[in-house]
Amino acid sequence: MSNSVLPTTLHNVKPEKPWINRRQSLQEVARPVAIATAVATAIVLLTGLAGPLGFYVAFVLSFIVVSFVDGMRHDKVKAIDKVMTTLVTAGFASAFIPWASILLTVFKRGASAIYFGFFTNDMSITAADDELGMGGLSHALVGSLLILLMASLVAIPFGIITAVYITEIKGRFSGVVRVVVQSMSGVPSVVAGLFIYAIVVSRFSFSGLAGALALAILMLPTVARTSEEVLKLVPEDLRSSAYALGASQTATTFRIVLPTARSGLITASMLGLARVAGETAPLILTAYYTAIYSLKVTGQPLASLPMYIFQNFSTGTDTALTRAWGGAAVLLSFIFILFIFARIAGRGSRK
Amino acid sequence: MSTVTVEKPTDDGPVRRVITTQRNASDKRFRRVVTAGALSTFLVLALIASFLFYRGFEIFKEFGFGFLTTSTWDSGSGDSLEGASYGVAAMLVGSIIVATMAMIMALPFVIGTSLFLEYYIGKKLRTALVAILDLMAAIPSIIYGLWGYLVLMPNAAGWAESINKYFGWIPIFKVDVENFDASPFISALVLGLMIIPIASSVTREVYSRAPQDQISAAYALGGSRWGALKAVVLPFGKSGLIGGMLLGLGRALGETVAVLLTLNLVFEVKFQVLASAGGNVASLIASRFGEAGPFEVKALMAAGLVLFLLTLVVNFGASIIVSRTSKVSQ
Amino acid sequence: MENDDINLIANAAHTGSVTGGNVLDEGRVGTSGLQTKGIHVWFGKHHVLEDISLDFPANSVTGLIGPSGCGKSTFLRVLNRMHEFIPGAAMAGEVFLDGEEIYGPKVDVTAMRLKVGMVFQKPNPFPSMTIAENVLAGLKLANIKVQDKDSLLEECLTRAGLWKEVKDRLKLSGSSLSGGQQQRLCIARALAVKPKVLLMDEPCSALDPASTLKVEETIVQLSSDMTIVVVTHNMQQAARVSDFCAFFLSDGGPGQIVEADRTAVIFSSPSDQRTADYVQGRFG
Repeated sequence: MSNSVLPTTLHNVKPEKPWINRRQSLQEVARPVAIATAVATAIVLLTGLAGPLGFYVAFVLSFIVVSFVDGMRHDKVKAIDKVMTTLVTAGFASAFIPWASILLTVFKRGASAIYFGFFTNDMSITAADDELGMGGLSHALVGSLLILLMASLVAIPFGIITAVYITEIKGRFSGVVRVVVQSMSGVPSVVAGLFIYAIVVSRFSFSGLAGALALAILMLPTVARTSEEVLKLVPEDLRSSAYALGASQTATTFRIVLPTARSGLITASMLGLARVAGETAPLILTAYYTAIYSLKVTGQPLASLPMYIFQNFSTGTDTALTRAWGGAAVLLSFIFILFIFARIAGRGSRK
Repeated sequence: MSTVTVEKPTDDGPVRRVITTQRNASDKRFRRVVTAGALSTFLVLALIASFLFYRGFEIFKEFGFGFLTTSTWDSGSGDSLEGASYGVAAMLVGSIIVATMAMIMALPFVIGTSLFLEYYIGKKLRTALVAILDLMAAIPSIIYGLWGYLVLMPNAAGWAESINKYFGWIPIFKVDVENFDASPFISALVLGLMIIPIASSVTREVYSRAPQDQISAAYALGGSRWGALKAVVLPFGKSGLIGGMLLGLGRALGETVAVLLTLNLVFEVKFQVLASAGGNVASLIASRFGEAGPFEVKALMAAGLVLFLLTLVVNFGASIIVSRTSKVSQ
Repeated sequence: MENDDINLIANAAHTGSVTGGNVLDEGRVGTSGLQTKGIHVWFGKHHVLEDISLDFPANSVTGLIGPSGCGKSTFLRVLNRMHEFIPGAAMAGEVFLDGEEIYGPKVDVTAMRLKVGMVFQKPNPFPSMTIAENVLAGLKLANIKVQDKDSLLEECLTRAGLWKEVKDRLKLSGSSLSGGQQQRLCIARALAVKPKVLLMDEPCSALDPASTLKVEETIVQLSSDMTIVVVTHNMQQAARVSDFCAFFLSDGGPGQIVEADRTAVIFSSPSDQRTADYVQGRFG
């Protein structure tokens, strides 16, 4: 009886996950899918539901019935659980179908508008109705970049300052400022445009600068809120140890807190840019549109990608619409690239 | 930097020391600058309201409450208020109808998406799908509008026709003229699609904070996955869902281009959502702006103020509801 | 030794039979029908439990004791398949309930969990439900119809030792109760579906001493007609409530059972020096 624990290294045990039974779960899924597919095909052939979308609707409906019946072989709880799983999954999948359609349409129809000159020409000597091999959106691309650059110069510093106020200064008005930022993020974009129209455009003229100011109002809350989240992630220990070394708050903020959160702040800025890059309504009221390539940001209208799309859409002929899709493809790619950069920068901050 | 002052000793007990922090000059300056910067956001918000009010003041003075209750939009001769008549009732009602419909249509998909991402799939897949969801939220509204007009509308008009055929006896599904294009229904479909990712991200976030120990308890009692969700997650996340949907509603109320491209603006209060006629304040501003004379611009400013206040109230409600949930869960 | 019939050897090699591990009590009342055989658990690459075989005696309280991180809570969760919610979890070995292997491919997990109730470390009544609804929540979740809900409610609350305190406020929210009352409410909730086995994961660690005593009384009373497995950090508690004890230990590697026996033996004449050291508070 002197046995102590024997180091029983048993070589014959292997980690298993008995709760994941692939074969069984495959069967469990495959059977209802097969039945539902058959039923859905029958419905599509026999009734008014037609096309891929009709098939999808028929499939979801019959899958709900099939999963209920399948579950009832067990008991009612199981049946309800299965039906709800189907509904929840369908709720998610159904939201993705239109998005897939948007991406597909934009890039498929946009592709026929895109050629090399699309990026180097403007529309000054080309009418919206001219052949697709002529003209381009260089003016809109450059205009968008200028407007976004100027908007960033205003919104990013102010956004970060607002976040620093909430997380570092922790002043009396922190609550108020947070609420204000929250409310600002709900300002309708057209209202931001109206405001800039009232204080800038009505006195001077349509300009890229006015457009940038309107976008800055819309961009600031995104930058401020994301930056606040990022600064909150900076460990309190870092601040304490800086203070313990005798650093002032100024030095702690600039030398420790902001550099630590740098990549997160870049993410915040990128997200802010992505949020406003496609805004159209405020630009209708501020930067307006011109067909001519220009780098001048004051005294005259400045083109932008969203306004290029809007103009071509308003023209409404087939070639103009194709140009609009081309513009949409460029705009969407631009926003996606911003997003990917934001993700990469964000990944850096997690390390 | 901290100085310590000593109070006079009193008879009843130990001396209490008052500690005050004396900051150095550069810190004081830094704090002042940052405070000023942060408060300027407040200034901007106040400026927006006051400028719109200031510019629209003449209109409010002239038409009073009639601006909100009448539907005629006529600039008369254009260079004065003489003979002009401005009212946003049709637009306001239209905005609310379209946004509410969008919200109702989005609701099941928001719940489905949030539950699916949080409780039906693994972590890796979730990270990927959430990234895609964020990306979808970033699709510009003009692209939604373009797609809504050119791709969705030809299909959706057919759906509207079927709804009208089978449910036409319900007053809101009646139509006087058989034109189903550019209806509030189609605009609402587009807006609904736009707010799904926005509302889902808030709702999913709140759902994910549902207490794990209660979910475990539901499972341990022999509950199914749906049983656990229904007993714990849905009641817990109720206000998060409401908050998320209100946020979406605020977005839908303020949306301009996507509606401008898919809705036929008509200056008459209408409740036939399938018919090719509706109203929208934001679209009104963008569509009338180009050819508006100085007085019509003032009327548009007044309309902008109405829209601003409406969305402010909705967003405020949303943020209060969401923040209350996050406090409860902590 | 008076308990020669008891196999004291922890981690005995597999004998191939279901009861080949630690037979805590062969003579008394037979097995409760809950047995484990060669249980291993991994979280990712981390091997947290190694070769645990235990046969739980019926109508008694078995305490799982040991220092933190030795895997006793994990083991408890293996008994009703709650650990599989943790991403990366994997296991080996078998758990038998009434002769049925609960990890078998055809097993209905939810039906199995109805037979094995569980009480958690922190009281967790459903806040959206009243006290009465909380007790009956399991019936609702599993869609079990009962003739007389009121008498079941009273029975469960009485057995959990809570009836007198709450009978006048059954319509109040479960979270209006004190921590100790909430925990007994959770016990009542677990009892309502009439489980054969009740698993308790440090049920008193979040409670004050007075509430702890009440819950302990409840445990002892319940054990007259059901099998209870309690994980506890508290040696006095193990001594007070349990009839049998299994001592878990991890020496940096996976957790193992050092010794399993009648509680009296574990506390008075343990066969392993480490058990003696632990129960006398020399480490852990």
